[in-house]
Amino acid sequence: MSEPLLEIKDLHVWFKVFGGILKVLDGVNFTVQPGEKVGLVGEMGCGKTTTMKAVMRLLPMPPAMIPKGEILFKGKDILKARQAELQQIRRKGISIIFQDPTAALNPVFTIGTQLQDAVRFTESSGENRAKENVRTRAIKVLKEVSLPDPERVLQNYPVQLSGGMRQRVCISMALVSTNELLIADEPGTSLDVTIRDQILRLLGELVEKRDTSVILISHALGAVRGMTDRLYVMYAGFMVEMARTEDLFAHPLHPYSQGLLAATPKLTGGGIGEGIDGRIPEYIDPPKGCRFHPRCKDAMPICKNEKPPFFKVGEGHEVACFLFQNYR
Amino acid sequence: MITLINSILTIEQLKKHFFTYQGIVKAVDGISFSVEEGETFGLVGESGSGKSTVAYTVIGMYKPTKGKIVYRGRDISQESVKRLHTLKKEIQIVFQDPGTSLNPSRSIKQILELPLKIHNISKNHKSRIDKVIELLEMVQLPVSYMYKYPSMIGGGEKQMVAIARALATDPSFILLDEPTSALDVSVQAKIIGMLIQFQKEFNLSYLFITHDLSLMRNVASRVAIMYLGKICEIATASEFFKNPLHPYTQMLLSSIPVISDEEESLKPKKIISKGEIPSPVNVPPGCSFHLRCPKKMDICSRKDPVMTEVSKGHTVRCHLYTK
Amino acid sequence: MQRESIRKQTLSKKWEDVRRGWYKFSRNPLSIIGLVVVCIILFVALFSPYVSPYPESAGKFINFYEASQPPSLTHLCGTDVFGRDILTRVFFGCRFSLMMGATVLALIVPAGVIMGLIAGYYRGRWLDTVIMRITDVFIALPPLILALAVCSVLTPGIFHAMLAISIAWWPWYTRMVYGIASSLKSEFFVQAAEVTGASRTHILFREILPNCIAPILTKMSLDMAWIILIGSSLSFVGLGAQPPTPDLGSMVADGSKYLPEQWWISIFPAFAIVLIVLGFNLLGDGIRDTLGAEGG
Repeated sequence: MSEPLLEIKDLHVWFKVFGGILKVLDGVNFTVQPGEKVGLVGEMGCGKTTTMKAVMRLLPMPPAMIPKGEILFKGKDILKARQAELQQIRRKGISIIFQDPTAALNPVFTIGTQLQDAVRFTESSGENRAKENVRTRAIKVLKEVSLPDPERVLQNYPVQLSGGMRQRVCISMALVSTNELLIADEPGTSLDVTIRDQILRLLGELVEKRDTSVILISHALGAVRGMTDRLYVMYAGFMVEMARTEDLFAHPLHPYSQGLLAATPKLTGGGIGEGIDGRIPEYIDPPKGCRFHPRCKDAMPICKNEKPPFFKVGEGHEVACFLFQNYR
Repeated sequence: MITLINSILTIEQLKKHFFTYQGIVKAVDGISFSVEEGETFGLVGESGSGKSTVAYTVIGMYKPTKGKIVYRGRDISQESVKRLHTLKKEIQIVFQDPGTSLNPSRSIKQILELPLKIHNISKNHKSRIDKVIELLEMVQLPVSYMYKYPSMIGGGEKQMVAIARALATDPSFILLDEPTSALDVSVQAKIIGMLIQFQKEFNLSYLFITHDLSLMRNVASRVAIMYLGKICEIATASEFFKNPLHPYTQMLLSSIPVISDEEESLKPKKIISKGEIPSPVNVPPGCSFHLRCPKKMDICSRKDPVMTEVSKGHTVRCHLYTK
Repeated sequence: MQRESIRKQTLSKKWEDVRRGWYKFSRNPLSIIGLVVVCIILFVALFSPYVSPYPESAGKFINFYEASQPPSLTHLCGTDVFGRDILTRVFFGCRFSLMMGATVLALIVPAGVIMGLIAGYYRGRWLDTVIMRITDVFIALPPLILALAVCSVLTPGIFHAMLAISIAWWPWYTRMVYGIASSLKSEFFVQAAEVTGASRTHILFREILPNCIAPILTKMSLDMAWIILIGSSLSFVGLGAQPPTPDLGSMVADGSKYLPEQWWISIFPAFAIVLIVLGFNLLGDGIRDTLGAEGG
C-alpha cells in the first residue's frame, strides 16, 4: 500500500472557554489514500468541521489547542509546518469547499475579483500572474463547473447569483489550482434537492477527471452513498466505524451507525425508527471510556472505563466498539 | 374542487401575491385542496414553491389576496388579528427554524405559559405551572428545563418546546412548516415519532410541509407537490410514490438520495434536472414548469394546464393528461 | 418539593450567568478601569457631604484668608478666589453632574424607548411615519446648539438646562429601538405570539423589549458621559447652573479667567470631567462587549 496522502493520527483538539476546557476531538484517526474518495458522516456537533479546520490550520489557536496528535500530509506534519510550507500546502495541496456558499463569498466584491485573486495566489511565477492569463484561467475554470455565460458571471456580485451558482463558484475557486486533496464540507446542504443533486454529480465528474482525492463530509448518509469509496462514521469527537461504502450500508456494525441507518426515513415507507435516545455529550465533561456508552443499548461495564480502539472485523472494515473485541 | 365530507380545512383557489419593487411575486397562485380530520396532509416543494406561504396564510400571518380558507365550515380568510379569539386556540403552527421561533430573552416557562395565559386555560398560577410541567413531560424534556433559556438547549430540544407550545392550547389542527429540516436524523426520528403519537392521542390533523420526500413517504397520508405557487399533483402517499405522473414529481423523486438498493429501484428513471429554479417574480408563461420539463410539448409554453383527475383521488396539472 | 428544587436550580443558574458575564467583562482590562472609575465617582457623588474635607465650600462661603491658595496639604486641590476648597467643590460638582445625567436619562429613556417600540412595531403604517419624522427633525439639529437655543430662550438655570438636553437627546433612543423593533417584528417568535392571540402590549413589552435591553444599557452608560459633557458646556457659557452651585463646567469657566497663574481652579474640575467621561465610556464599551449589544 502506497503512502497515504493524508493521515490524521490520534488528533486531540481542545478549546478553552469559561468554565473549563471543551475536549472536542478525542483521538481522531483518519486516512486518505491518493486518488481515493472518502466520506465522513456524523451529526451536528460531532467534530467533523473542527477536524477539517485543524487540517487546514484554520482553528484560532487560543482558544483552541492541540495537545496531542499529528496530521501528516504526504508524510510531513502540517501542525509543525512553517508559514511558507503551510502556504504551499494551501495553494497546491489541499483546498476546501465550505458548507455555506453565501458565507464563503465576500458580498462586496465581484466574483471576478475573488476568483482572480484565488488564481493569483496559486501562481508564484510572474508570467502566470499577468492580467489576461489570470482572467483566461478564471473563465476556463468557470466553464468547467458548467456555469453558463462565464464572462457575465465574472462581473456579477454574489448576491446576484442563485444558491446553486454560488456553490459552483466556490467549487471553481477550490479547483483553481491542481490540488491533490479536496475537502467538501456538506456541499449543497443549504440548497434544494434537485440543485444539490446537480452539484454532487458535478463534483463527482470533476474529481474523476482530475484524479483528485476527496473528503466528502455530510450529516446525512444518503448524500455520501454512491460518491465515496470508503466511509468513516464519527461521533462526539472520535471515529466509531470505518468501512467500504457498500459494506457500511449493507452491514453497519457499530450501534451508532445502526441507529443512524434505522432513523433515516426510507422511500419504501414503513415508518421511521425510534432515533437514538439521549443527546450528544457535553464536551466540557465528556463521558469516560467510550463516549457513546450513555446512549448505547449494548453498553458493557468495560465501555464505561476504557476507550475502544479500532478492531478489524473484515477487509477494510473496522469498528471502535468492545462488542467486536474478539471478532474473528 | 373536491371537498371531502370530514374535511377540517379546505383551501379554495387561494392566491397570495406580494407587491415589491421588482414586480409582483406570485408566491401562491391559485391552489385548492382539503385536509381530512385526523389525517396528515403533506405539502412538498423546493424553495420558491410557495409552500411556506400557504402555511403562513392559513395561520393568519398574511391576508389572502384572493380565494378562501374554510375551517370546519367557517370562512377564516383573514389576518389573525381579525379572527375570532377562540379560533387561535384551534389552529397552531410549528415553525421551521427552532433558533428564531423561541424568544431568546424569555425562559421556557414563560414561553409555554404565554398561550395558557392568553386563552385562560389554567385558573391560577399554580395550575399554570402544573400544566407547563405536564407539557414538558409530554415532549419528554426534563422538568428542570423550565427555567432555562433557549440558548442553553439544543436545536432538537428547542423544536420540542415549540411543539409543546403548539399543543398547549389543545388545538385540532397544526401546521408543521419543515419542523425537522434543521435537525439531525436521530433527533428527527424522535420528533416525528412524537408527532405521530400525539396525532393518534389527540386526534390532530396536520398540514406537514417539507422538501424531504423520504420523510414525507413515512409521515403523510396524502401528498401535494407545489411548483412556483401552483400545485402540480395531488395523490395518496402510496400512489404518489409508486406512480408519479407529473414530470416535476418524477424529476424530484429521481434526484433524492437514498440509502439502499431497494429504495433505488423504487425511484423513477433518472431525470437529470437542468437549469435553475426560476424565481416567483419571473413566472414563465403557459405552464410554469415548461422551461425545465423533459416532456415539454408545444402547448405547454402557451397555455397553463388545469387540474385533472386521472384516477380516484389522484389529480395532476399537466397537458400530458388533459383530455 | 420538585418545584422548590427547580427554583433553587434556577437561582444557582442565574448566579452562574452573572459569573459568566463577569468573566467576559473582565477579559478587557479597560472595562475594569472604567468600572473602577465609575464606582469611585458614584461613591464620591453619593457621599460628598461626608467625604469632602470642607463641605461648606459647596455653598455660599467666603474666606479671603485662604483664597487663591495653590494645592497644599490642607487643600489638596487648592482654593479659588473666594477661599472655597476646590476638592470639595469638585466632589459636589460630580454629585451635581451625575444627578443631572440621571434625571435626564430617567426622562428620555422611557419616553424614547416606548416611542421607538411603537414606531417599529407599526412600521410602514402612519404611526411609524409620524413618530419617525418627528424624530428625524430633532435628530437633524445638533444637540449642543439645540440645548443652547432652548436655554437662551428660557431663563438660565439647571432645570431648564436639563429640559434642553432632554429635548435634544430623546430621539436617539427612539431611533435605536425603532431599528431593533422593526427587525424583530418579523421574527418567528413574535409571529408565534401574534397568531396565538397575544395583545399588542404584551408583544411590545414582553417579547420585543427584553431583546433591546442590552443596547439600551450600553447606550445609557455612554450617554451619561455625553450628557454630563453637554451640561458642563452649558454651564461653561453660563446657561446652566448658576453660582454658587458647584458645577464642573462653570468652575472651569470661572477659573479660566485666572489661567495660567492659578491653574488649579480650572484644571481640577476639567480633569474631573475627563475622568467621568472616560469612566462611563469604558464602562459602556465593557457592557457592550459583555452583553453583545449594538449600542448607538
